Amino acid sequence: MMTPQEFGKIAKNPGSIALTTLPVLAYSRFGELCLELCKEGGRIAAYFARPLPQGDDLELFAIIARCWEGELLILRCTIGRSFPSLTPLCPQLHLFEREIAETYGVVPTGHPWFKPVRFHRPWRAGSDAWNRGEERPLPGEMDYYRVEGEEVHEVAVGPVHAGVIEPGHFRFQCHGENVMHLEISLGYQHRGVEQLLLGGPHPTSIYQLETVAGDTTAGHTSAYCMVLETLAGIAPSPRAEAIRAIALELERLANHVGDIGALAGDVGFLPTASFCGRLRGDYLNLTAEICGSRFGRGLMRPGGVGFALDDDLAARMLNRLHIIETETRGAIELFFDAPSALSRMERIGTLSIDDAEALGIVGLAARACGLTRDVRLHYPYGGYIETYDHCVIEDSGDVFARANIRRREIYKSLHWLKQSLRDLPRGELRRELPPLAADTLAVAMVEGWRGELVQVGITDAAGKFDRYKIIDPSFHNWSGLAMALRDQQISDFPLCNKSFNLSYCGFDL
Amino acid sequence: MLSIIRERIRQGHRTGKYPQEAPTLPARFRGRPIIDQEKCPPDCQDCLARCPFAALARRDNALQIDLGRCLFCPECATACPHGALSFSTDHRLAASQRQWLWTGEKEGQLATALHAKMLRLFGRSLKLRQVSAGGCNACEADINVLGTLVFDLGRFGIQFVASPRHADGLLVTGPVTENMRSALLDTYAAVPEPKIVIASGACAISGGPFANSPEVHNGIGDLLPVDLYIPGCPPHPYTVLDGLLRMLGRL
Repeated sequence: MMTPQEFGKIAKNPGSIALTTLPVLAYSRFGELCLELCKEGGRIAAYFARPLPQGDDLELFAIIARCWEGELLILRCTIGRSFPSLTPLCPQLHLFEREIAETYGVVPTGHPWFKPVRFHRPWRAGSDAWNRGEERPLPGEMDYYRVEGEEVHEVAVGPVHAGVIEPGHFRFQCHGENVMHLEISLGYQHRGVEQLLLGGPHPTSIYQLETVAGDTTAGHTSAYCMVLETLAGIAPSPRAEAIRAIALELERLANHVGDIGALAGDVGFLPTASFCGRLRGDYLNLTAEICGSRFGRGLMRPGGVGFALDDDLAARMLNRLHIIETETRGAIELFFDAPSALSRMERIGTLSIDDAEALGIVGLAARACGLTRDVRLHYPYGGYIETYDHCVIEDSGDVFARANIRRREIYKSLHWLKQSLRDLPRGELRRELPPLAADTLAVAMVEGWRGELVQVGITDAAGKFDRYKIIDPSFHNWSGLAMALRDQQISDFPLCNKSFNLSYCGFDL
Repeated sequence: MLSIIRERIRQGHRTGKYPQEAPTLPARFRGRPIIDQEKCPPDCQDCLARCPFAALARRDNALQIDLGRCLFCPECATACPHGALSFSTDHRLAASQRQWLWTGEKEGQLATALHAKMLRLFGRSLKLRQVSAGGCNACEADINVLGTLVFDLGRFGIQFVASPRHADGLLVTGPVTENMRSALLDTYAAVPEPKIVIASGACAISGGPFANSPEVHNGIGDLLPVDLYIPGCPPHPYTVLDGLLRMLGRL
């Protein structure tokens, strides 16, 4: 049993807690509590370290989401050069522990899959978890899982792929057409975002957050603004919050519509591929009507938003939405009404609910396996408070489920959007941001179109970021894609990949 | 089948009239900046101080913007107390040389056509291989858009191909992360001569929001010879198309 003296609790989103009120546990107790909470249905939302001001030790933080209670529990402890890995008992920690090892050169002993994550030098000189020496590690250089046998072959793809997409390396262990195992090695897009944010907020920071994952600009920038605002002790006006939520839903619509088009293209159903390709642009153009940028650049600013959405513009957007809604429904229903297209998606790339839960899958990929995971539902924030009640769940976990989640979310989102544009609350666009609280940990969560975005900022005595942690849904979900590929035909990889449509740069940071 | 035809009729013909007709862009779209030097007092620093990427500078006694570094955010225009700086909706920004990206009397020149021999080879059919070297997927997404029926890149004889061996050149996005440097150079080496290189987006031109990060190379300028620079963060699809067509001598 845990006692309230052993953890910190945040019950709102965004929320913060003073570091002085956060107890420091021994690692053994910290591990026990992590495992206990995860066994009781908790989920690792964030798990990261920061160096202590003196000495070699690190401070480790676990932020555990208890969704149905709507709260986050925060555990804290110190670790030395090595610590026993919790991954064997709690698989959703596997990447978090590897990330900590790569960043600070510490070793989680007994980690069953101990490989680099992004292939960069450790942040602290003279310590490398894999003893790779002073030379910069080469991307993709690690031991890959291999299946041996006379009839077994290996297919390696990337980093440069065939399409206009981001780079990553994929290795398939195949027996004939059948994929026995897929290993995904990323890091090619690593730009050092978290390192650049240290000592911030800097004037450059918001621009880097806008491009953590360019297709999730509204998502990542709203989470960042929420972290700053909770640290500064303010909240944006209801109108600014409504505009943010509108931008988030437009981002969801553009990406979901585009993804359905791309899935249709992958199975050779060209009418929908072609209609949705165009319609995706129409949603991006609506975002550009608000802020001039199709990707929402310049819209989210700490304290509120950078652009007005007046009643006149809202009315014009509503008119436009009415037209493109009809066209969107027409394009999508055509696809979901074609048995030949559906049979290409059903029972392909299935991820079981148990695997999804064990790996900590989030967002639409989790909802497609029957897991109810939606930040808007469990941790409502800003413009979603009291307006969001339409969490969409499917249970078959296959490509079809991930496509159908998108279809249903598109319709729900359109409905929500029209309602919100009609009832825009009043308020100023942007409020002045007071200085940030010192020695405080702040967490913000946003349901981006892929899933849960978590950002954690820890300030030092001067109110500057001593650590800033970004967790894109892709960080959890790439493992889901690898699992979904098991026992599939390798020719179905593009379809499975598109059904997840994960971010490379959001993972690589 | 009938439902497909019915839907096809309802969706209608959507390919734009570009380049015969200029594209209609949102009123708030930020394209080529306009600086009214008359209104801009030489001792004012307001906009210079506001740009965290040092995209503005005073050169030859005039305020100029380096479109290669500019992320086309609204901050400098908002900061100007004299109303001297604003963004127009002019999407035409691409240039053939790095220094042309400075807005100024002589610079600020748009891209010119490739020289005659290259035009003979590529003028009517250009195959490009795209490499994302740290791009955030916004540049990539708005290049993919060129393949949709609104822009219909194929009608200009331009196509993105799967292999560098089939390509006439590279279109690079992203600031070139250290982890992508060697893959980018390998891909370039795999393109048969003669070849062209296009830097698309602020990242590929100057490092963009990630300029001076120890993990990136501040764009492709030091690594590859660049034939076309397309500014923007990300460049609007029409900005990319305008650049490509100018390079091919079609505009």
